[in-house]
Amino acid sequence: MPATAERSLTIWADRVHPRVLSAGEGPPVVFLHGAAGLLWDPFLDAVAQQFTVHAPEFPGTSPGDHTGIESVDDWHDLVVYYGELLDELGLERATLIGHSFGGMLACELAAARPDCVGALVLLAPAGLWRDEDPIPAFLTLAPEDLAAVLYHSPEVAAAYMTPPEDPELAGEAMIAFAWALGCTGKFLWPIPDRGLHKRLHRVSAPTLVVWGAEDQLIVPAYAEEFRSRISGAQVETIADAGHMLQQEQPEATASVVAEFLAG
Amino acid sequence: MKVTAFHLMPHRELPDDFEKRYPSVWVDPPFHELGTAERTGQYYNWTLDELTFAAEQGFDAVGVNEHHQNAYGYMPSPNLMASALARATNHLDTAILVLGATLPNVNPPLRVAEEYAMLDCISGGRLVAGLPLGTSMDNNQCAGVPPIEQRPRYWEAHDLILKAWKEREPFAWNGRFYQYPKVNLWPRPIQEPHPPVFIPGVGSYSTWEFAARHDHSYSFLSFFGPQLAKAIMDGFWEFSEKAGHPANPFRAGFAQIVAVADTDAEAERLYKRHIEYFYNKCLHVPAQYWNLPGHQDYVSLANGVRSGRSLKMLDALNNYKTYTYKDFLDKRFAICGSPATVRDQLKDLALDLNIGNLMLLVHTGSMEHELCLHNIEMLAKEVLPELQPIFEDEWGQENRWWPQRLLRRPATAGV
Repeated sequence: MPATAERSLTIWADRVHPRVLSAGEGPPVVFLHGAAGLLWDPFLDAVAQQFTVHAPEFPGTSPGDHTGIESVDDWHDLVVYYGELLDELGLERATLIGHSFGGMLACELAAARPDCVGALVLLAPAGLWRDEDPIPAFLTLAPEDLAAVLYHSPEVAAAYMTPPEDPELAGEAMIAFAWALGCTGKFLWPIPDRGLHKRLHRVSAPTLVVWGAEDQLIVPAYAEEFRSRISGAQVETIADAGHMLQQEQPEATASVVAEFLAG
Repeated sequence: MKVTAFHLMPHRELPDDFEKRYPSVWVDPPFHELGTAERTGQYYNWTLDELTFAAEQGFDAVGVNEHHQNAYGYMPSPNLMASALARATNHLDTAILVLGATLPNVNPPLRVAEEYAMLDCISGGRLVAGLPLGTSMDNNQCAGVPPIEQRPRYWEAHDLILKAWKEREPFAWNGRFYQYPKVNLWPRPIQEPHPPVFIPGVGSYSTWEFAARHDHSYSFLSFFGPQLAKAIMDGFWEFSEKAGHPANPFRAGFAQIVAVADTDAEAERLYKRHIEYFYNKCLHVPAQYWNLPGHQDYVSLANGVRSGRSLKMLDALNNYKTYTYKDFLDKRFAICGSPATVRDQLKDLALDLNIGNLMLLVHTGSMEHELCLHNIEMLAKEVLPELQPIFEDEWGQENRWWPQRLLRRPATAGV
């Protein structure tokens, strides 16, 4: 398993200090995490077997930098901010892998700066809306209900969502979880549709859309919405996986991603 | 002491199995399964009649507030109710307390400045202007405000409203959430420079700091009785002292469920089911609804979790679901009984918490109209006369948080 290196950047005129976790060898990829914050999981380990993975944390969600969220107020800020972050990482034509909220973010970046994105991998991305398949208001769900819409397998859900036994660690986990959802909620709530459908045609990078066949949060019907709007996009479906597909099927998910990026 | 007759305007006839059948009283309950518009019209009119009666009976104020998409209290526009009340009480010295129109979910927030100014004009300068942050349910769910933006929006809307009332010349407003080329409020409130402001809260330090900085009166609103309130209000007064303010009781308020009958036994017979209805049905809210992620700022979130207060609050929110009438009385969540019982307990509460503004919930849950009128009459005749003089001699002359024309002046004033 590759060792994970950790560093803090100072960007956005010294107002945001995101932590970036990196591991692996090979061509660089950037992983943009979902609404609940960054967790380095076996999927990232698997990707890091063939690539150098850089995983920056969303503004406000890095330890000791909770005020970072105060200096990005809207999607325009956010897209310009992430452009600066990619510049800071020194990546030209970066490969972006984004999960859920991170997928929405990756789409916005790829549409705003098509010249900067070499390839795009979208894992159950947010950002579009179908009236016939409304996305549940996940901030309002009790923990057990949230687990049920995020995971297909109750065992995997329990492994990832059971609080630590140590009360102090459990408290810190609760704070980090709630604050990450608060920070990303600024850009997602109340409806995770900020007009991305008008901009997706600008994406020119080769694009892979990956969906868990059993996704209850953003149902698989959304895959076609992305595919039809992004020129040349291809779709892969992962069996026995819900919205947290990369945690439920890390090997299978990493394998379709690696195959796509190799091609 | 200023005693307000307060009303939530709840659904009075929820089915017995309401809390089993539906996940929440707020946001989710289906209107058409639970009532009709015609019956709701009856509730509104009963509420207006009850509060008008309370004004006639001698309460210092009548009070309403704002909530959305719920059966707990559905006055989505408290100002519509307050307008009818202002008109109906123009011959009386009763303040109109709107506690209040919540700011982050009104756009433009200048609408609140305008409507409060209208109310002050209609009532002849009797408005007390509540400027609440609002609940997570109302703001984040019903109005769609991102939780992390609720407080910043509130602060900006508050500053804008105060400035709109005070500035004599038009001004441009370039805020983060609100921008206007020319703010020139019509009408202006009668009270100069603006009506007294009440800030309701649930005990967070940032709200005390905010109320103190602006010299507003703070109201602690909970339905969990004076025992829990003691810890909160002690903290408030300690904070106030550090900020250099004398402990003027009119700087603070408290809300209390109250019901009176001839004897304690008669009170139990009359009110037991209404009290239990209130806690079992009207407060049937999933715990996570009170605080969507981001609704608390980071410091409050971290302090609350690390100090164990969040866990205690969660316990409090879960525990009362098993309480009986006796528990509610023992813990004084509700103060119910004979005139002597209610008088004594309310006096204790006022002196113990040092609160000069007492908001009495004169209607609770499923209480019928006639019973509510009975409660109001008993309170007015048997309880108010002993409550109203409290704090007045010592502090009444320094009560800046009440419409000045309504303050009781000593008989020699102006001579």
